Amino acid sequence: MCADTAVKKSMATQGEVLLEAQDLARHFDVSKPWLNRVIERREKLTLKAVDGVSFSIRRGETLSLVGESGCGKSTVARLVVGLYGLTRGKLAFDGEDISNLAGRTGRQAASVRKRFQMIFQDPYASLNPLWRVGTIIGEPLRFFRPEMNSADRRRRVGELLEHVGLSAMDANRYPHEFSGGQRQRISIARALANEPEFMICDEPTSALDVSVQAQILNLMRDLQDEYGLTYLFISHDMAVVKHMSDRIAVMYLGRIAEIAPADQLFENPHHPYSKMLLAAVPSLEGVGKERTVIQGEVPNPVHPPTGCAFHPRCPHANERCKAEVPRLIARSDGSEVACHGVEEGRLP
Amino acid sequence: MLSVRHLRVEFPTRHGTLVALDDVSFDIAPGEVLGVVGESGAGKSMTGNAVIRLLEPPGHIAAGEVLLSGKRIDDLPEEHFVPLRGRHIGMIFQDPLTSLNPLFSVGDQLVETIRAHLPMSEKQAREEALRLLREVGIPAPETRLDSYPHQFSGGMRQRVVIALALAARPEFIIADEPTTALDVSVQAQILALLKRLCADHGTAVMLVTHDMGVIAETADRVAVMYAGRLIEIGPVDEVIRNPQHPYTKGLMASIPGIAKRLERLYQIEGSMPRLAAIPEGCAFNPRCPHAQQRCRAERPDLMPAGGSQAACWLHDPVDPLPLRQDLAGEEVSHVR
Repeated sequence: MCADTAVKKSMATQGEVLLEAQDLARHFDVSKPWLNRVIERREKLTLKAVDGVSFSIRRGETLSLVGESGCGKSTVARLVVGLYGLTRGKLAFDGEDISNLAGRTGRQAASVRKRFQMIFQDPYASLNPLWRVGTIIGEPLRFFRPEMNSADRRRRVGELLEHVGLSAMDANRYPHEFSGGQRQRISIARALANEPEFMICDEPTSALDVSVQAQILNLMRDLQDEYGLTYLFISHDMAVVKHMSDRIAVMYLGRIAEIAPADQLFENPHHPYSKMLLAAVPSLEGVGKERTVIQGEVPNPVHPPTGCAFHPRCPHANERCKAEVPRLIARSDGSEVACHGVEEGRLP
Repeated sequence: MLSVRHLRVEFPTRHGTLVALDDVSFDIAPGEVLGVVGESGAGKSMTGNAVIRLLEPPGHIAAGEVLLSGKRIDDLPEEHFVPLRGRHIGMIFQDPLTSLNPLFSVGDQLVETIRAHLPMSEKQAREEALRLLREVGIPAPETRLDSYPHQFSGGMRQRVVIALALAARPEFIIADEPTTALDVSVQAQILALLKRLCADHGTAVMLVTHDMGVIAETADRVAVMYAGRLIEIGPVDEVIRNPQHPYTKGLMASIPGIAKRLERLYQIEGSMPRLAAIPEGCAFNPRCPHAQQRCRAERPDLMPAGGSQAACWLHDPVDPLPLRQDLAGEEVSHVR
């Protein structure tokens, strides 16, 4: 299996693997109700949001998932934290099998759960508007450390707030009194409450303005240096991803098209989709530059194309691409690419 | 083509009057794309809405004038203004799903728009609708004319919205975040389309967006807004490569780049003031590293600065404020 070789390779060349995902898949049933199906003679429909994704993250590293909407990057994040159950595949966190995390009840899952935390995209929806900020940040402490008394907890919440650039006095205020950037700081403080080792960040700055985005990204980098955090970072913004990541996985329709070290992906992308994505990014460096416009849009994931999902938009597709699903194959430069053209040497 | 002079928009509220736009002036030439950028709440959408008079009550234009092709349009009575919308000023909004009526087919909506503005029969209008759909790059338009908006993808819907905006051949289009809801690959297609069509027809465009990358590749000139004021305006190259206002400098440096990788991003401390609490003098002074007594007391107007114009006392032609030297070196190193 290519997934095995990939994982072995990264283990052999680098430090300790913190999270290992093998052949992750999550399918959603999107068919109409039973009666409609019988009367209208419709088939069952399955949406393969994630279909065979393998990667590993080493301690202290930032791996990013990028791709356009509907490519399954957020679903991967939710699978990793156990918000969705796995349809297929295996997940191991620090050597422990957590494939059934979604099925475990609160207390059973607590020993693993407290070691990783998630930051969500929308800082307006992810904080309870009826709770004071102190209660929001203190909640994980109340759950995971019931032995802590309330005075200690208050002190800890104050420390956390100051750590993310707010004031300890803010604990008595409500979320609506804060701006978007400040709310995202509160989300980060909440995620840090239990000193996690691993953070899953799902588009943490997409809802923010650029000047505030810079503040949050800097804060996240500082916290990583300070606590040795490991990040799984999800974004659709190539520039943000480049700034934050050690390695980047480009996803397309539920699969990984290419994984490569960040600098290398930007200098020398292999997969035609990675090339297209990089060429399409509007950037300040490109004043007056004509962009290569790629035709077509992401196909409907309920009816994905056969073979390589990218073949209808790919200028290099041939018969094999239409028939056979490409596997991720490791290359000598440290990247892994799922493309027949690259494998055969037709493409650079 | 379009001239906006000293535009001021106010929102009277129970707690006093909020000034959403304060003394905003700019011009757009035929065939030109003017990008309007700023962070949320800076007043960039408000500017577009004020021009086309779609301000939410109680918001109203309190002072200033708007001229289209030399004629004043801000004081026209409503019944004379309505025919201008669509015919002379087109509008493209952010979300293509909400700007199309889900109950009518795309063809019906196009035909209705065309016939409202141009003297055409039903049949001619249908022909024209087909031609428009072909022009905006919808494949097999004959078969898509009777489809409903939900049957189109996001990018195709935005193409339909562009076709609608172009239907009556307006001289001026306001595009308010036209690609924000779209993926990058589709965004590139839509921007290229918008740029090509406007160049072909000589249409002037006001492109409102928060994305500097989009501006860099699409606009001819850029206007930067902050707290309801225009703080810098100039050719796109100048403003991006050689920004003059300290806010624009900070904004440019805080955007992560594709080409170069920095260890830390430059960050402007604090956040934009709320409309109820805009500081005295220059609105940026509490966050500005160079702010001095004069910035806290007197509001600067646009002044020539480098190749553009900036509203900053550093560029006062008579008595320019000195840059704080201890900061100057550090700041330059952050700016690409």
